[in-house]
Parts: sequence; C-alpha cells; structure tokens
Amino acid sequence: MKLTRQQRALGAKFWIYLAALVVSMICVFPFYNAILTSLRTGQDLFLTSYLPTTFHWENYVNALGENGVGRSLLNSFLVATVTVGICLLVSITAAFALARVRFRGRKYILFTILCVSMFPQVAVLSGMFELVRFLGLYDSIGSLILSYTTFSLPFTVWVLTTFMRSLPVELEEAAIVDGASLWVIITKVFAPIMGPSLVTTGLLAFIGAWNEFMFALTFIISNENRTVPVAIGMLQGASQYELPWGHIMAASVVVTIPIIVLVLIFQKRIVSGLTAGAVKG
Amino acid sequence: MSHTPEGLLPASAAAAMAPPPAAKGKRSLQQRRARAAWLLVAPALILLFAVAGWPLLRTLFYSFTNAAMDTPEEYNFVGFANYLDFADGDSFGVLADPLWWQAVGNTLWFTACSVSLELFFGMLLALLMNEKFRGQGLVRAAILVPWAIPTIVTAKMWGWMFHDQYGVINDLLLRVGLIETPLAWIAEPTLSMWAVVIADVWKTVPFMALMLLAALQMIPSDLYEAARVDGATAWQRFRRITLPLIMPAMIVALIFRVMDALRVFDLIYVLTSNSEATISISGYAREQMVSFQEMGVGSAASVLVFMMVAGIAACFLWINRFSHEGKETRE
Repeated sequence: MKLTRQQRALGAKFWIYLAALVVSMICVFPFYNAILTSLRTGQDLFLTSYLPTTFHWENYVNALGENGVGRSLLNSFLVATVTVGICLLVSITAAFALARVRFRGRKYILFTILCVSMFPQVAVLSGMFELVRFLGLYDSIGSLILSYTTFSLPFTVWVLTTFMRSLPVELEEAAIVDGASLWVIITKVFAPIMGPSLVTTGLLAFIGAWNEFMFALTFIISNENRTVPVAIGMLQGASQYELPWGHIMAASVVVTIPIIVLVLIFQKRIVSGLTAGAVKG
Repeated sequence: MSHTPEGLLPASAAAAMAPPPAAKGKRSLQQRRARAAWLLVAPALILLFAVAGWPLLRTLFYSFTNAAMDTPEEYNFVGFANYLDFADGDSFGVLADPLWWQAVGNTLWFTACSVSLELFFGMLLALLMNEKFRGQGLVRAAILVPWAIPTIVTAKMWGWMFHDQYGVINDLLLRVGLIETPLAWIAEPTLSMWAVVIADVWKTVPFMALMLLAALQMIPSDLYEAARVDGATAWQRFRRITLPLIMPAMIVALIFRVMDALRVFDLIYVLTSNSEATISISGYAREQMVSFQEMGVGSAASVLVFMMVAGIAACFLWINRFSHEGKETRE
C-alpha cells in the first residue's frame, strides 16, 4: 500500500509523540515512584501499586526531624554555597586572563585545569586527609569546603573561560582605548555583564558540591556535621536487612526537590552552561 | 580589530589606531597585559596547587610508606611493597590482590557498558529533541530530572525499584511475562552489575543527549535539504551528514563520560554496598584506606587508579588530536 505524503507525515508525527511520551515517562517514573513510597507507611509500603493509595506525611516528619536530614540540609547548603562563592571569586580574574589575554603558558594552564577537573577524587584522598588533619578540620564542614574546591575550582574556571571567550572583543577594545586598566576592565566592563554566566556556572558548581559523596563520607564522622548525600546513604532501620524505605524515600524527595526546582527555573541557562564547557572546548 | 567598522569606535579610538604609533603602543600594551595576566591567574593556580597538586604528591609519597589512617605521622618507607612484593615465594601488594584485578575488570566493564549504552540512547534522544513538535519544552524538562537528582538518591531510588520482593522492576517484568519468578537484582552477582549500569545510564543519558543536541543544532539545515533533493535516505543522511559533523562534539562528550565512569564510586557504594561483584577501583582504594585503615596500601591503589585514568585520558587525547590533524589536512 502506498501512503500519501500527508499520511506519512502524520505517521512520523505519531511516532515522535509516542517516543516523547515514553522518554518522559522513563525519566520521571523513578522519582514519581519515590514520592508514592514516601507517602506510604506500614504494610502499604510493600504494595506495588502505581497510583497513590494513602497520604501519610509521617515519613517526612520522621526523616527531617529524628533522622537529622533537616540538619544535613543546612550543612549541605552551607558547604555548597561557601565553596561556590570562593571558587567563583577566584575564577573570575583567572577566567578573564585565560580568555581575553594572550600570554605564554596560557594553553598549558588551561590544559592543567582541564586535567584536574577530570582526575579521580580518590587520587587525592589520602593527601587531602593529611591536609585536613593538619589544618584541624577533621570532622568539620570546613574539611568539605577545602576538599570540594579540588573539583569545583577547575570546573568554574573552565566554564567561565568559555563564557568570557564568547563576549565581543569590541567591548574591551573601547575600554582599552579609553585607557582603562585591566582591573577596571574586569570590574567595570566585564563583571556587570557576567551576571548570567556567573549564575549558570555557580548553579552547576553548586549542584556538584551538593551531590558529592566520597569526601563527605570520609572526612565527617559525627551525625550533626553530615551532608545530605551521606545522611541518606547512612539511613538504617532496626536491622541491617530492614531498611526504612518510607523514610529513605521521604528524605530523598526532600533533598531532590530544591535541586529540581532550581534546574527547571534555570533550564535554558543550565543547558547552555553544560554544553559551553564541552562543545567549544 | 581591523574588522571593526570605524564608525562604531569613539573618536579618540580612531586617532589611537593610526598605524605607526599604535603598532608600537600595542606591543607594550600586550606585554603589560601578559604580565598582569599571570597575576590574575595566580590566586586560582595557588589554590589549585594547594587542594589538588599537593594532596596528589602526598598520596604518591604515602604510597611508599606503611602509614596507618589513624596515625599518619608515624610511618616507615617500604619501597614498592604496597604495589608488589615477594616474600617466601608468595606475592603481596595491590597488584597481587585478586580483588584489585576484579575491581579493574568491574570498572572497565561498567565504563564500556554504560558509556556505549548512553551514547546509543543519548543519540536517539538528541535526534528526537531535534525534531520540532508540540510539548517539546515538557520533554526537555522531563529529561533534566534524572540529571538533577543527586547520585545517592538515584542509588536509593533504584535500589528500591530493584527490590527483589517489593520492587517495581520485578513487578513490571512479571506482569509483562518476561520473567516467571522475581529476580534478586542486587544480591545476584551477575545481575547486580546490570542494576548499576541501568541506574547509571538512566542518570547520565540526559547529559549525553544535551551535548549531542547542541552539536545537532549547529548543523545547517540546507545540507539536509540538498541531500533530500539528491534522494538520500534517512539513514544515509544520518550516516553521511549528521555523524561526521557531530563527531568532534561526540568525542568530547565521550571523553567526559568515560572519565566520569572510570572514577565511579558513590553509585556502587550505595546501590550494591561495594559488593565484590561490583566494587570499582575507587571503591577498592577507599576500602583499603578507610575500612582497613591501611593508608599506605590505599594510597598505592589510589596512585594506580590515577595512572590508569590518566593513561586512558592520554589515549583519548591522542586519538582526538589524530582525528583533528586529519581534518586539517583535508581542509
């Protein structure tokens, strides 16, 4: 049977919509399932049903209060914010120099930074442990700010450099011709228009710091200093074989929602930030 | 600079750009800027050395000692004993430990499986997102969800979905009739690695898709029109136009993902509790260091992890440069 052009176009549309539906469902389903579980208690937990059955908020109360996830949220927020703040502050000037000034060694610096951003965290674990102990930061969130800089700093420098490179040259030329110093160019010409890129870079670095697990697991031993990923990873039930799935899912939902909201608000920026680092690099 | 239309520059600029003095002034300006550049980069470089370079050197240093985690100040040099040592006809050290080689195998298997699956599904997803259809914004938002979810949460969510008795995955498979009895996804050694791969692919396909999509969107559409006029099939258009043009971006995305997959730790640590069937090289090094308190052995394992990852990265860069050179000569 020969299809007309219109029929074929209609068929293609059908497959596209079907694929889009399947993809969206696969992406969202695990989180939907986590929300369902978090609203169930007792025997209901072991009911495999795909629609909400009960609405119990006890799990949330329990997770945030008794299990100390509320406290961990605060720790995570503090660590991620301070880390990102320090990294952005140091990266702005570095990114300006790397993107806008031609100087010897620039390529080597960029290459080194790229390498550091890719190397495995476990490679610095024992050296970092020594440094943390030496600075008296063991079991405090200061140790995490220090160790998170290892992977956040190269990332922020790299992404900001690609952003700076994309700004028009004329901007700077006019300022140079007017006799502005480098410092003035950075603070008066670039800083004001870097706002969006700083937000994007900061957000991506924030998510990276928020999700980090290995350093947080190694350098923090007391409950009250834990960050969110470790707090969730460590949630245990009465026995090792009886995990409190309701609490775990409630805690998971609580720590994920702020990130999902942020990501959905800044969707376009995040996509451009993610791809800026790679496609042009 | 020479491309700037004169009209756009202020009058003073036009005067300053008069050829002879400008050339001289520019050189010294260039030099001054180069000197200042180092000052501007210095804080970042110093900080980077303090938090990355120095700890890396110390890890290398500790790998030659027998330090313990609780007393890192007390140590003796043991040479290469942490890596490989022979005594009484027996071999010791990380390189003689079957679990290390198991971890190497696990990590390489995990990387190969998850990255190739991600590339495949990421490509399909990118091609889908490149089509124009209503509700595209919703799909884009949906695919960002897995990317945004913290890895530990991913591990817990999938751990629950893979639960042998109450998990959704078994339930779905039973309903469809693909399996007759529930599978022990996490406990069964042959299945647990697949559980890890599936969770990782779910989480990272969006990243791959967005990278490939960005490259796809840069392809001029008239290329496709020309091909269509010439009667090229959809597969030919993909094979001859799309693939070669997005290749550079694809290689970069691949390098990023491979480097990321090689250092996997958190997903495996939480989803399968670092079981022997799934333990990664990072997990092995950390276990030696923290669980067994063997700072020396752990550091040696860390150095081996670093060398392995660096070696693979170097191979990739070499291939990438090779393909770049090929492209340049063609042009």
